[in-house]
Amino acid sequence: MIHFDNVTKVYQNQNRPALDHVSVDVDKGEFVFLVGPSGSGKSTFLRLVLKEERPNSGAIHVAGKDLARLSNFKVPHLRRRIGCVFQDFRLLPNKNVYENVAFALEVIGKPRRFIRKVVPEVIELVGLEGKAHRMPDELSGGEQQRVAMARAFVNRPMILLADEPTGNIDPATSIGIMKVLDRINRTGTTVLMATHDAAIVDSMRKRVVELEDGKIVRDQSRGVYGQAY
Amino acid sequence: MRANFIFSEVWIGLRRNLTMTIAVIVTVAVGMALLGVGLMINSQVSSMTGYWTDKVELSVYLCKKDSAFESCKDKAGISQEQKVALEQTIKEMPEVESVEFEDAAKALENFKISENNRTLSAIVKVEDMPESFRVKLRDPDKAPAVIDTIEGQAGVSNIINERDLLENYFGFMNRLQYMALGVAILMVGAATLLIGNTVRLSAYNRRRETGIMRLVGASNVYIQLPFVLEGVIAGLIGGVFAAVLLITTKVLLFEGIQSYMAVPLGWDTVAGVITLTMAVGVIICILASFITLRRYLRV
Repeated sequence: MIHFDNVTKVYQNQNRPALDHVSVDVDKGEFVFLVGPSGSGKSTFLRLVLKEERPNSGAIHVAGKDLARLSNFKVPHLRRRIGCVFQDFRLLPNKNVYENVAFALEVIGKPRRFIRKVVPEVIELVGLEGKAHRMPDELSGGEQQRVAMARAFVNRPMILLADEPTGNIDPATSIGIMKVLDRINRTGTTVLMATHDAAIVDSMRKRVVELEDGKIVRDQSRGVYGQAY
Repeated sequence: MRANFIFSEVWIGLRRNLTMTIAVIVTVAVGMALLGVGLMINSQVSSMTGYWTDKVELSVYLCKKDSAFESCKDKAGISQEQKVALEQTIKEMPEVESVEFEDAAKALENFKISENNRTLSAIVKVEDMPESFRVKLRDPDKAPAVIDTIEGQAGVSNIINERDLLENYFGFMNRLQYMALGVAILMVGAATLLIGNTVRLSAYNRRRETGIMRLVGASNVYIQLPFVLEGVIAGLIGGVFAAVLLITTKVLLFEGIQSYMAVPLGWDTVAGVITLTMAVGVIICILASFITLRRYLRV
């Protein structure tokens, strides 16, 4: 599903590479934690999957597509198959929960009948039934992140990228978020989650890929966050 | 493509920076109106030039008794033989199409028709009017050569090329036209910059929305269209105002001076000018929006 082959990314005006000859394979339906300290290359990895950045060398395949050969014109279509969740939720403050989720479908031109059908379903999936007409500022951080996950998942993506989704949320609420991610993963969606949260990684017992200074230092199935922390 | 979604986005965008939108509308309106006025003057001048070019003649005035003109030295006026000889000379020139003699009585008649001042027309007598040859040329551009030849002939007091009179007037119209077009170009430049700035503000205001749109895979067209449409709608409204200004100009100005123009400015010309200025306005808006978006809305 995601295939990195010897990928190196150096940002302009920086001599140290953000990713240094990284090779990873993530299969369909896998749940992978991407761990490592700040600046280790986790976010760069996610940005490369979305083709927000281009690698300096190496090949990236996402959902069967060679990103180097994907024209800019087709990048939006790639992104429709990838859902994204961020630490800062990125909701539209002037739209309610339903509208925030529906927005993701409206802007890719889905018909209104389809939107009316799937949005309530996915709101229920993330556990926000009955809150469809709340505004984001009336919700807790955990609830806002659920809205963001609903928006990321509403188009049934093949891949869900989560960049520190629990970074702004207290540990108790984080468990609920992880349950939603697990539920999404069980529908067959590949989940790739970058995180600092050792407790979560340890409790989930999923595959762990650890980055340090842009290099993969550990790749273990059913791993934990690591002894050093 | 969901039209109502895009239009609601456009409406929100226009309302959010209302002041900039108004500035764009006013600049486009004034710029396009001036462009239109320039085009209208241009069409008026060219139709009038065509009309008058067929009609212009040289008036070769002849010496009378005690004429004050320098060239009538002998003060006895032109003799009958001189008149015949002069007419023959003029007729034989290759540039001349026809010659017509206008005696004093006919000159007075023509004068009374064209002169509005009653007192003046009442006191002018036949003896005051000069005799002349009305010379029609095959090519009005050859007038200077003809004038040079006739001027030296005995009995000729002075020659008036009617085109010189018209050219003063056309020259004025031309200057007016260039001024209108010059200001129009400045306004178009200002409008372009303003639209660019409006779109940039708009893109900044909606960076959250566009960021999410990018993320969920909205196509470039879907992301950029609302911004471009904002510019187009502002341009169109400006164009409508420009059209109103142009119609007002036609009614108040061009119809007001119509009595002095042999050829009136038709409504078909006005309609053409309005269509053209609207198209120019909208195209400028689209271009300005696209160029700005390329810089400020990375997709």
